[in-house]
Amino acid sequence: MDIGSLTVRAAIDGLRKRQFSSVELTRAVLDAIMARDGVIGAYLWVDEADALKQAAAADAARAGGSDGLLLGVPLAIKDILNVEGQPCTCASKILAGYRAPYDATVIARLREAGAVFAGRTNLDEFAMGSTTENSAIQLTRNPAAPDRVPGGSSGGSAAAVAGGMALAALGTDTGGSIRQPASNCGCVGLKPSYGRVSRYGLVAFASSLDQIGPMTRTVEDASLLLGVMGGRDPRDATTLDRAVPDYAAALGGDLTGLRLGLPKEYFVTGLDPEVARLVQDAVEACRRCGAEIVEVSLPHTEYAVATYYILASAEASTNLARFDGVRYGRRSAVPADTPLDMYLNTRAEGFGREVKRRIILGTYVLSSGYYDAYYTHAQRVRTLIRRDFDEAFKRCDALLTPVSPDPAYLIGATAEDPLKAYLIDIFTVTANLAGICGIAVPCGTTRAGLPVGLQVLAPAFEEGTLLRIGHAYEQAREARP
Amino acid sequence: MKQTYRVSIGLEVHIQLKTQTKLFCGCATSFGAPPNSCVCPVCLGYPGAMPVMNREAVRLTLVSGLMLGCSINTTSTFDRKSYFYPDMPKNYQITQYDKPLCLDGTIDIPLTDGGRKPIRLIRIHLEEDVAKSMHEAGWSGVDFNRAGTPLMEIVTHPDLSSADEAAAFLTALRQILLYVGVSACNLEEGNMRCDVNVSLRPPGQDTLGTKVELKNMNTISGTHDALQYEIERQSAVLDAGGRIVQETRRWDVDNGVTIHMRSKEDAHDYRYFAEPDLLPIVTPPDQIDAWRRSLPELPAVRRERLARQYDIPDYDAAVLAADRALADFFEAVAQRCGTGKTASNWIMTDVLRLVTAHETPVTACALTPDALGELIGLVEAQTINALTAKELLEEVFLSGGSPAEQVRSRGLAQVSDSGALDGWIDAVMQAHPKSVADWKAGKQAAAGFLIGQVMKASQGKADPKRVGRLLGERLAQQNG
Repeated sequence: MDIGSLTVRAAIDGLRKRQFSSVELTRAVLDAIMARDGVIGAYLWVDEADALKQAAAADAARAGGSDGLLLGVPLAIKDILNVEGQPCTCASKILAGYRAPYDATVIARLREAGAVFAGRTNLDEFAMGSTTENSAIQLTRNPAAPDRVPGGSSGGSAAAVAGGMALAALGTDTGGSIRQPASNCGCVGLKPSYGRVSRYGLVAFASSLDQIGPMTRTVEDASLLLGVMGGRDPRDATTLDRAVPDYAAALGGDLTGLRLGLPKEYFVTGLDPEVARLVQDAVEACRRCGAEIVEVSLPHTEYAVATYYILASAEASTNLARFDGVRYGRRSAVPADTPLDMYLNTRAEGFGREVKRRIILGTYVLSSGYYDAYYTHAQRVRTLIRRDFDEAFKRCDALLTPVSPDPAYLIGATAEDPLKAYLIDIFTVTANLAGICGIAVPCGTTRAGLPVGLQVLAPAFEEGTLLRIGHAYEQAREARP
Repeated sequence: MKQTYRVSIGLEVHIQLKTQTKLFCGCATSFGAPPNSCVCPVCLGYPGAMPVMNREAVRLTLVSGLMLGCSINTTSTFDRKSYFYPDMPKNYQITQYDKPLCLDGTIDIPLTDGGRKPIRLIRIHLEEDVAKSMHEAGWSGVDFNRAGTPLMEIVTHPDLSSADEAAAFLTALRQILLYVGVSACNLEEGNMRCDVNVSLRPPGQDTLGTKVELKNMNTISGTHDALQYEIERQSAVLDAGGRIVQETRRWDVDNGVTIHMRSKEDAHDYRYFAEPDLLPIVTPPDQIDAWRRSLPELPAVRRERLARQYDIPDYDAAVLAADRALADFFEAVAQRCGTGKTASNWIMTDVLRLVTAHETPVTACALTPDALGELIGLVEAQTINALTAKELLEEVFLSGGSPAEQVRSRGLAQVSDSGALDGWIDAVMQAHPKSVADWKAGKQAAAGFLIGQVMKASQGKADPKRVGRLLGERLAQQNG
């Protein structure tokens, strides 16, 4: 068992065939973490005894005849999803000491399928950032180039998977936070359509944009996990009651009959030439697989980042209002005469710079006098961006784009320029604004050895198409010498 | 110089809806449970928790709106209202801002001169209640049991012009909501609370004066008294040439005064925006029509109908119509015994006395409308006398059963047979010669005593009218 390249599919097969036990598999993952994570820093929390206990329980269940799809498969979880009894810090000091009192719905579903929750991965504080440098707890390095960031905000999950320390992980994607670090680290990252996967138990950053998705080594693994996680949840009113197809079973075949669009606004100046070349190569590979390639236009793309930051910050400013030191997490030890003083001290000490910046931005755009100029305006532009996609998807089945304009940055490169950092998500935020699904699939490395990803975007609830394209491309890429 | 000002009062009434569970989660809405025993991640605002709409709360709000003549927003949305407060779990409240469930509507209130006045409603919306802070010496705590309880907020135009009218409005509103069964409207349990806006202006001035808000009034009489005080306070300020400042005050019930809480300058910017975790509430028109068809009559309409249809005094009609269950009971009895007036007499006196004495409403007592109708029929047919009837009524009220059956099985039918009556009369006259002599001397009280003695001898079964007549005949015979 080579844990560094083991897929979820292979692990399921190995466990079923009793080639190894869950305890052995989990032990191997824990050993990999022990061996490598000192340098990489992907994990915030690992409880070996607890993980092995879960694994032993899975082995016992299997011995007793149970056969959940993921029975005994260890997973890494972004530290923003509630797993009962485990810490959930959101990489923030304000949630220090908090242990989740309940399972997020996705966790409950994975648990039902037998998954083992091995550890919690680093992120930008409250998922706000594109480099994982905004974690208040630790630095995570890119396994492909340890002097570089893994991307963000699901950088810990991406680094764990790409760094051979997890078979698969869960991330969350509000503006590209699954796809962008997956691209930077060289793994597969899937952002499901809005409403496909329950957000119940995901600590909300921007409720109308957040989605939970798998980060894996292969497209097939992503489809396996999505099949378990997806579907309507009575606890999340924004999930839709649509059947969850057997995504994994529908993979395979070529791309004959599919028309793939290249949005011209995504292939313009500012795109790193090596990224451009690798993505073009990937487009050609898809063409060779039988797809027809057409050019399409998403004319409102240039407004996407501004729109995203207004809407996401507005929602975040209210979502994060609950962290006040009254009921859970950290409360400032500074004596306070009034509740307001206690809030101010707690939040001043508990939140990091980027989180404060966005709370202030969100509070500003929602305040009376500015609401129409910013928030209402942004909502209108969001509608236009949605329509762009509706129009584009009349002409094609899916879109092919870069994930990010650049490969992974050097650590510290964007730290002093928040606006530059915000532009990292320029190709990914539109999918969140439109509610459609997207996937990042590795499409090679730069001459310096930095991974680059191809993004495939498909209409809402067309994950099947997305995965089929990603899988076909992945096979074509693997087949090349 | 003292002058009379025109008073404009608007109310924002919060009504706790009668649901089993909270607005956004499955926790029970139990009053008086141990602190923090009815809470979950959702109502505590824990990280990751999300609201799910309680459709019953929506239905109750819409039914209330229909009852009050509102127009219904078939698509209604929810918003976040942001402010920090220790008893606000999320530090925003989920409420409705620009698309509330119900718009407009009116409530007619009775005026002291016997007339009626329509009070216009602006809107009715649904929102979650907050928690409750508790302050003790040296510490403060928050009980989150109440957090997330569904509240319906009814906002009026400033159409009310006195403390009396405000009290009449709250009384009428409470009666209507009790009628339609959407709330227990229990003031002690805080089911009904209101904020009051009051402003004064000199006669002839078109624009409203500067308004003062009175927060968190929780009784009708308190609202009345606070308004009375506030109107006098503002009048005095204006009389003295002063200006009213826009502010929020609270009612200090112990000292009978209103006290400054905060000024306009402290007003919050609530930063309303659409709640992204909840989808719009879409109610199909045919559903609204179905609810509209099943609405009960308004209490005021029913009062008038009862008086007219059953030919009973206005006062009786008002008492009966004030309580939907009582009115239903009355109408069933009237139909059973065929006479509204007699049914009303029995209910207004004997039944209501039992209701009060046993603290048991007609809905919970063992007395059915059929049984009361039957009992009234027995009296009307002179099968039993009034005394027996009252005793029987209490028994049936407490234990149920058929009065006719009781009369049969226990031989309670009144005795009118002359033979039996003569026997008792003879015995009584022999036993009480002095009373007989008094009676002959013209003392009416003696007649009553003798009739009473015969009733006693008959164990209440004698027909007292017949006894009186027979006694009279005896006297005439003796005199003759």
